[in-house]
Amino acid sequence: METQIHEIPTQNEQKKEAIIEINDLQKSFGKNDVLKGVNLKVFKGEDVVVLGRSGSGKSITIKCLVGLVKPDKGELKVFGEDIVNYNLEELNAVRVKIGFLFQSAALYDSMSVRQNLAFILQRHRKDLSAAEMKSEIMDVLESVGLEEAVDKMPSELSGGMKKRIGLARTLILKPEIILYDEPTTGLDTITSKEISDLILDIKHKRKTTSIIITHDMDCAKRTADRIVMLKDGVIHTEGTYDELAKSEDEWVNAFFK
Amino acid sequence: MIYATYNHYLNLIILIVYLKNKFEAIGDVTLFSWRFFKELFVPPYELKEFFKQCYIIGYKSLPLVVITGFIMGLVLTLQSRPTLVSFGAESWLPGMVGLSLIREIAPVITALICAGKISSGIGAELGSMKVTEQIDAMEVSAINPYNYLVVTRVLATTLMIPILVIFADAVGIFGGYVGMNIHSKITLYRYLAQVFDSLEFLDIIPATIKTFFFGFFVGMIGCYEGYNASNGTASVGRAANSAVVTASLIIFIIDMIAVQITDLFF
Ligand SMILES: Nc1ncnc2c1ncn2[C@@H]1O[C@H](COP(=O)(O)OP(=O)(O)O)[C@@H](O)[C@H]1O
Ligand SMILES: [Mg+2]
Repeated sequence: METQIHEIPTQNEQKKEAIIEINDLQKSFGKNDVLKGVNLKVFKGEDVVVLGRSGSGKSITIKCLVGLVKPDKGELKVFGEDIVNYNLEELNAVRVKIGFLFQSAALYDSMSVRQNLAFILQRHRKDLSAAEMKSEIMDVLESVGLEEAVDKMPSELSGGMKKRIGLARTLILKPEIILYDEPTTGLDTITSKEISDLILDIKHKRKTTSIIITHDMDCAKRTADRIVMLKDGVIHTEGTYDELAKSEDEWVNAFFK
Repeated sequence: MIYATYNHYLNLIILIVYLKNKFEAIGDVTLFSWRFFKELFVPPYELKEFFKQCYIIGYKSLPLVVITGFIMGLVLTLQSRPTLVSFGAESWLPGMVGLSLIREIAPVITALICAGKISSGIGAELGSMKVTEQIDAMEVSAINPYNYLVVTRVLATTLMIPILVIFADAVGIFGGYVGMNIHSKITLYRYLAQVFDSLEFLDIIPATIKTFFFGFFVGMIGCYEGYNASNGTASVGRAANSAVVTASLIIFIIDMIAVQITDLFF
């Protein structure tokens, strides 16, 4: 206590506020024990990259955070409150503050880009007039650099454009947390780089906190404040990109080759 | 009616086999359907989506229903005619055709066509939304996908299929008139008079009530199969396929139950 009194509340101090806290998260599917006790804290304003082989349970971890998957055991604190036993109403109150970018972007393919975005606004921002909604939509499209796609259907978009629109859709409610599930997987190197830059840009402009799941080491290097590595259902190692790149651990090393 | 009795024995056999294999699924479907009644009156009311579905389900299925209805009426008349003629009871033909159409054939055939067209369509649509994580995406946006997707579609089928059946009835009766005129001359007025003479109000009520159940399950089974598609694109095809099979079976089962209840009360 005494030491804290002397400390000046600097930016560093604010950074230590854990926005997401995962304690002993466990999840099995039948005999397949996917998560065996994941512990992870994400601090305000931080971008944490999660690395791990495919099938190691990265997506399941972030799906637990938004209540898409119910954990078998463990604590999931988001904004300081354990959401595991939340009912739907309480969960939805948290969900609107979290953006989730699906690996497949998951755009509603029967709706145009505009309708994809309006769909959410019409249900959560009933206070807005039609004109205000329109300008919100154009603003968010501008921030992902795709204003010209507003009247396109998802089937007319390239993979990279879909990701951007998916990102626009997660941004439209101005979330404080964004969870990215493999934002660059399946894209060419140049597009991947653009998406990574966009993630950085969003972090700086909107002061969001993020968890980014990726296999793309270039994306990890660009976006990560900290990297955690998931292996055999637990967090195997964590550190900055540079720390982990120098690791002696053979398994860790394989990712950074 | 000979047709009906035979049909209902067959149904009973199918029902027993079906129940044995699908015991678990029945529990799931029941829970899934129960949610419909819980969420029906919970806002937000997705009126726009509901009207869109009514248009797709009702209006877009109309040509198919009208064509089959016409053919049913025509064929039924031509097939029944020789038997009635040999008994010297040709004048019963319009009444018999009208009765068979309204009590049994138009509701069941229309519902089966809708199982093939609508249940499978809904199964495939929701199945692909499930597989491509669009349903999950709604959930994480704090939008209730059941309310938006299932309630609207099931409500639309429940209201539209009875209307389609009325069209099938009307066109079927007209088909019967055309069939009558192939072999003998009868004016439309006399034909209709004979049809409605043999019809009682009580024939129409149970036949209409059961079409609401047909409609409900055509929508509900499609939604259930789609909503519960597992991952992988193959499961979309599977969802569409089992939607048709299950919905068709359920139509027969309801039809059988309906005939028993009708026997009991009317
Ligand atoms: N709904 C499910 N039912 C059964 N097993 C699942 C389900 N979802 C995921 N799994 C299994 O959990 C494991 C982790 O999945 P996931 O989190 O998607 O991996 P990744 O790290 O590649 O994102 C995989 O082995 C997968 O087969
Ligand atoms: Mg994954």
